[in-house]
Amino acid sequence: MTLSHYLVLAAILFTIGAVGVLVRRNAIVVFMCVELMLNSVNLTLVTFARATGTVDGQIMAFFVMVVAAAEVVVGLAIIMSIYRTRRSASVDDANLLKY
Amino acid sequence: MDTVPADGLLSASWLLIALPLAGAAVLLLGGKRTDRWGHLLGTATIAASFVLAVACTFQLDDRQVAVDLFTFIDSGNLDVQAGLLFDPLSAVFALLITGVGALIHVYSIGYMAHDPRRRRFFAYLNLFVAAMLLLVLGDNYVALYVGWEGVGLASYLLIAFWHERPAAATAAKKAFIMNRVGDVGLALAIFVMFTQLGTVTYEGVFGSVGLLAGGTVTAIGLLLLLGACGKSGQFPLQAWLPDAMEGPTPVSALIHAATMVTAGVYLIARSAPIFDLTETARTVVLCVGAITLMIGAIAGCAFDDIKKVLAYSTVSQIGYMFLAVGLGPIGYAAAIAHLLTHGFFKAGLFLGAGSVMHAMDDQVDMRRFGGLARKLPVTFVTFGLGYLALIGFPFLSGYWTKDAIIEAAFDRGGASGWVLGGVAVLGAGLTAFYMTRLMFMTFFGRPRWAPSEPGRETPHPHESPPVMTVPMIVLSVGSIAAGFLLVQAFPLDEWLEPVFGVPEEAEHVVAPAVVGIAVTVVMLLGVLAAWLFVGRREVPVVAPARVSPVTRAARKALYADAINESLFMRPGQWLTRALVWVDNRGVDGAVNGLAAGLGGSSARLGRAQTGFVRTYALGMLGGAVLVVGALLAVTAG
Amino acid sequence: MSVLAAADTGVSLGTGEAVVFWVLAPIALAGALGMVFSRNAVHSALWLVNTMLALGVFYVVQEAPFLGAVQIIVYTGAIMILFLFVLMLVGRDSSDSVVETLRGQRVAAIVLGVGFAGLAGTGIARATEDLSATGLDDAQPDGNIQAIAELLFTRYLLAFEVTSALLITAAVGAMVLAHIERDPGTKQTQKELSRARFLTDRPQTHPGPGVFARANSVATPALLPDGSLAESSFATGIDPAEVDQMPRPTGRRQLGSPDAALGTTDGAQDGDLR
Repeated sequence: MTLSHYLVLAAILFTIGAVGVLVRRNAIVVFMCVELMLNSVNLTLVTFARATGTVDGQIMAFFVMVVAAAEVVVGLAIIMSIYRTRRSASVDDANLLKY
Repeated sequence: MDTVPADGLLSASWLLIALPLAGAAVLLLGGKRTDRWGHLLGTATIAASFVLAVACTFQLDDRQVAVDLFTFIDSGNLDVQAGLLFDPLSAVFALLITGVGALIHVYSIGYMAHDPRRRRFFAYLNLFVAAMLLLVLGDNYVALYVGWEGVGLASYLLIAFWHERPAAATAAKKAFIMNRVGDVGLALAIFVMFTQLGTVTYEGVFGSVGLLAGGTVTAIGLLLLLGACGKSGQFPLQAWLPDAMEGPTPVSALIHAATMVTAGVYLIARSAPIFDLTETARTVVLCVGAITLMIGAIAGCAFDDIKKVLAYSTVSQIGYMFLAVGLGPIGYAAAIAHLLTHGFFKAGLFLGAGSVMHAMDDQVDMRRFGGLARKLPVTFVTFGLGYLALIGFPFLSGYWTKDAIIEAAFDRGGASGWVLGGVAVLGAGLTAFYMTRLMFMTFFGRPRWAPSEPGRETPHPHESPPVMTVPMIVLSVGSIAAGFLLVQAFPLDEWLEPVFGVPEEAEHVVAPAVVGIAVTVVMLLGVLAAWLFVGRREVPVVAPARVSPVTRAARKALYADAINESLFMRPGQWLTRALVWVDNRGVDGAVNGLAAGLGGSSARLGRAQTGFVRTYALGMLGGAVLVVGALLAVTAG
Repeated sequence: MSVLAAADTGVSLGTGEAVVFWVLAPIALAGALGMVFSRNAVHSALWLVNTMLALGVFYVVQEAPFLGAVQIIVYTGAIMILFLFVLMLVGRDSSDSVVETLRGQRVAAIVLGVGFAGLAGTGIARATEDLSATGLDDAQPDGNIQAIAELLFTRYLLAFEVTSALLITAAVGAMVLAHIERDPGTKQTQKELSRARFLTDRPQTHPGPGVFARANSVATPALLPDGSLAESSFATGIDPAEVDQMPRPTGRRQLGSPDAALGTTDGAQDGDLR
């Protein structure tokens, strides 16, 4: 059991989140997957803070959380307004911007 | 060449140019408001210029006077000052241009009286005179070039004055394009002067031209000659001049006989210091002159159009002048003298022809004339005097000046002198022949009058009004006396000494008296031949079809047009078509192909933009995988 | 093997932590996978809560108790509740179809995901296999919260203040996006409303939400007892979606899956929404 276990776990979680973004069509679920990716990065930051013996990594994770909170608020509001006009939360339905 | 700054009246010599230019501007910009008095203004400006030119000439003595005006071009090494050079050579030209010009303006008042566009005609004439004066008065080659192009423009406008006639429009274009060929030569010559000498003023060029390599000087000379050939209708660019007779007759008289077409002679005479240095270029000038002399004379014998005969006569006479300037120092003054007398009698002849056409309802076919001597007495007498002057009848103008040229040709010495002299003498005989033929067909014999166009009445010939006959009378006086005055009374070669220097006394190969007698005998033979072939018989109304090959060739002007067409026009058309093909298929194909390729590929690439966010995210993940893989490969490797 | 080698070089961690890790890591992974693979969005959210709780414990174990608490309170508590709110607002029935519409998307995503995980995992493992834990005892002698506060209000003060601007902006942005403008004066008073109601055929109260509903999406209007659409239950700004009427299920067997029971199977929903 070493620190790299945490890091590998974080990488796997990140990948799962990324794959989720790719395969899910519900915008809200896609958003959750993004949150998962952010969380996995937070785990990495905390782990490295411990490895280097400084608190800065934790501060970074803290800021990531703050930004994530702000992002979720705005993102969900956008999803809401899209849903109001298109009556769909599917990311595939918002596909007018193309060739 | 030493010039002195202008003083007194001479410093106002720029008015010579400014007056006609202002006249042209007023007439062109003033529009219809000036219709009523436009012709009077146009004539007045030229007359004023003439008076000024006379006054300036009297003040000139034998100096060369420079008039600085303003900076024309100042760009890098090129510094062109607009300045005038009033010297004996310019003076005689200014007198000729303004004098003959004024007379022809007066004549035109009558000739163009019924033309609705008379004002515009006078505006163009004024423009022409201004440009021509700039040509002869400029003190550098650029000013000369500006004037050169200006007279080309005026010539184009005036040939096409009746542009509703297709023949006139075509002739104007032909004149313009063939002049372009020569103008390119002149422009190139100026470029060479600038690059090699760094200056384009006469003073600068003549001062340092001796330092150049012989080949360069020859190149400049030949390029100048090309320009001169274009403007003066010399071989091989002679074909435009006879066609230019589509313009109104006063134009033919002023521009295409007396003044503009002699600009080439002026150019070569003015560039004498250059030609003095290059024997090769001078020889080419000689050849051009001799060949043109014969071409003009031969073609003149065959045409039935009175103006075209006179036009070929002009070509031939300018050939004499080229021959003379080609002879070098001994010929310059002779050439200028012949130019002046020719200006008088040829202008008179053209005005006479115009008077005949006026009487005959614009008919130009001599086979439709005949018996006009009694109907048009003034025209007949003045025309006859011009005719006698032209063929070199003893002691009239042409006799003195043409004899001088023929003498100079013989004096060249050697075989070439004999050949040139022989050609000149033969040309004199031919001149006598075709001019006598013209006289017989026009003024003698049975009247063969006919409507000029179907549906019109048979003309009733009548003498022209005084406004037309007075200029003809004045010019006929010039035809009688000018030669004697210029050669014997006030020798032109002495007047021109400041420009050309004192020619060394040539050794006469053939005694002048012998030459004079020989020329007179040949001339009389020509007249006799004309009487035998034309005067004695009935002139057929329709030109006979079965004629000798020589006549057929002469009627086609020795196939000049055919040669031009087959040598230049057809290959040019082929080249154009080939280039069009290359452009359409090659250039356009490449460009369009590129555009189509880009369009097609972008349309296909655009398909990648599906609009699905997840597809783009997939691309991002793929990129991330690649980056991580690359990182690993680098660190592990 | 590597664990043994690590123990020799002093990078190995304590046994208690190892136990926690090996218990919670599978739970976190299972939560993540469950989130991705569950078709119902609410289930996804619950799976994600699972993962986040596990991560919070990891933070605590890794000497970051403050972050662990924030993770549980802010993320799991606040943000995920927000997600659920929006989910309920949008309609729980709009769950994803299993059918992938983009050709090859799923296969490519999985292949790339496996490739990324493999590359990144092996890369990280190789690079950090002898990464020793320095520990935070020296960095936070007075405790974790004090250390964080000290850094936050000294070195990271500017970033912290900027964060406040970000949060304000986000809040205002969310309001602007979610707000629906009504013209002033168009809102009817209670009196007008009751008068209007008694002028209709049906002066009685509206049925409670969900009473006759076959779907709980805000887009699906309520049904009146006679089966017709209740106009007053139309959501503002959205065209009403009619849900296929089905015979009322009588038992668990007939109900089948929740989607089938609610009439929100994919084909039917797609056809109606368009």
